[in-house]
Amino acid sequence: MSSAPLLEVRGLNAWYGESHVLHGVDLDIHEGETVTLLGRNGAGKTTTLRSIMGILRRREGVIRLRGEDLLRLPLHKVAQAGIGYVPEERGIFASLNVSENLMLPPTVSEGGMSVEEIYTLFPNLYERRSSQGTKLSGGEQQMLAIARVLRTGAKIILLDEPTEGLAPVIVQRIGDVLVALKKRGMTILLVEQNFRFAKKVADRFYLMEDGRMVNSFPGHELDARMDELHEVLGV
Amino acid sequence: MSTIFGVPAPALYGQILIGLINGSFYAMLSLGLAVIFGLLRVINFAHGAQYMLGAFAAYLILNYAGIGYWPALILAPLIVGAIAVVIERFMLSRLYGIDPLYGLLLTFGLALILEGAFRYWFGAAGQPYAAPSQLTGAVNLGFMFMPIYRGWVVIASLVVCLGTWLLIEKTQLGAYLRAATENATLVQAFGVNVPLLLTLTYGLGAALAAFAGVLAAPIYQVSPLMGSNLIIIVFAVVVVGGMGSILGAIVTGYMLGVLEGLTKVFYPEASSIVIFVIMAIVLLVRPAGLFGQEE
Repeated sequence: MSSAPLLEVRGLNAWYGESHVLHGVDLDIHEGETVTLLGRNGAGKTTTLRSIMGILRRREGVIRLRGEDLLRLPLHKVAQAGIGYVPEERGIFASLNVSENLMLPPTVSEGGMSVEEIYTLFPNLYERRSSQGTKLSGGEQQMLAIARVLRTGAKIILLDEPTEGLAPVIVQRIGDVLVALKKRGMTILLVEQNFRFAKKVADRFYLMEDGRMVNSFPGHELDARMDELHEVLGV
Repeated sequence: MSTIFGVPAPALYGQILIGLINGSFYAMLSLGLAVIFGLLRVINFAHGAQYMLGAFAAYLILNYAGIGYWPALILAPLIVGAIAVVIERFMLSRLYGIDPLYGLLLTFGLALILEGAFRYWFGAAGQPYAAPSQLTGAVNLGFMFMPIYRGWVVIASLVVCLGTWLLIEKTQLGAYLRAATENATLVQAFGVNVPLLLTLTYGLGAALAAFAGVLAAPIYQVSPLMGSNLIIIVFAVVVVGGMGSILGAIVTGYMLGVLEGLTKVFYPEASSIVIFVIMAIVLLVRPAGLFGQEE
């Protein structure tokens, strides 16, 4: 992993109004890697994703995707640079049916999954393609939220707590999907509270506390660091 | 002569037709207002002025360039839509994200300026605008005589309303619009140029008003105050239909037009207030409107 990172974040500071929420966050993700952000609620994980996307506008520092400076771009150009975003609240649109939700994000580059491939990966979305988006179960909505950014040809996807509030069998299913995406060479930045889930897919972990990166380590060290993590995460 | 509930049948049919025509204008105008409000969260008080501008655009290009009714049906909406795009880009867009009251005040001010300017130039009296020769005369429907132009207005407005509805419900652009109405930030985070979508939506809403203005020109004459007379009723229609509801705006527009016509037959004294009475009742019983979603 000595090559230049696909996504490079340096000294990122961000503010919600007057309140300073990220303090010099550094983060590297190489092509094909899955990196997981760990941290307590309020540590700044979601804020980091929102800052990278440009949803949170008040930012300083460096965010580069394949060398391209994302900080200067208007919000809609960030996705076009090759990032797919799966927000924590999933963001399924009630006024669109499943198929319209799936087709909503514009293609940003070639090489995205075809609709057929997506429906093969998520057969229940195909069955419910004419249903109103928000009539789906929580798990199906999460799959739809993931599925819709796979179509766009994004090179990296930002996934914010995809397993939150879902039954174990659905979590398992989403884990399988992420493993399948990894095999295809997708780069993933994951925010996750569920260790066992994250361990299955993550190549590296970053640990956040109070808007700062406090540690990072490779995935295979997770078990050895369990005590340390329990202390920081308070779980 | 046959009667229905003690009313001569031709009078009844005549008022239903007038109601349908008024309803056509209510529907087209409230549709534009609903689309604009849904996405921009702006209560577009300039909508009546944009309707008036459409009629004046047709009048002016006829008298200064000799361009007639049919091209005006396309050109006037394009002209007014372009003006609206400029207004959105340079004024309205600065007010997004703050209290919606500011957008209302801005568009209200613009409406007063436009109406004042046109009254200064053309006087308050209406300018005549002839219907195209193909649409003059009347046709015998068997139970009544219908002026051809009035039939055309009803058909043209139905086509425009249906077309707008299809655009919003069945196309990718419409899906962007619907999704952005729910969560504009996320749609933009997916790579859709939402600021451009807002601009186009405002332009489209104003163009719809202008199209209605051209249709109205041969019926109501072209006058600076034609919009302000109508817009208050149209706001009532939008409230009854449900703010931001596309289908609600269309259906309620025709429905209240016909209801107003029927009131003229059965209880003429109430005909000018019936829409507002209905609005008050709907607000009491179902504040989100007949087709609105409770938020």
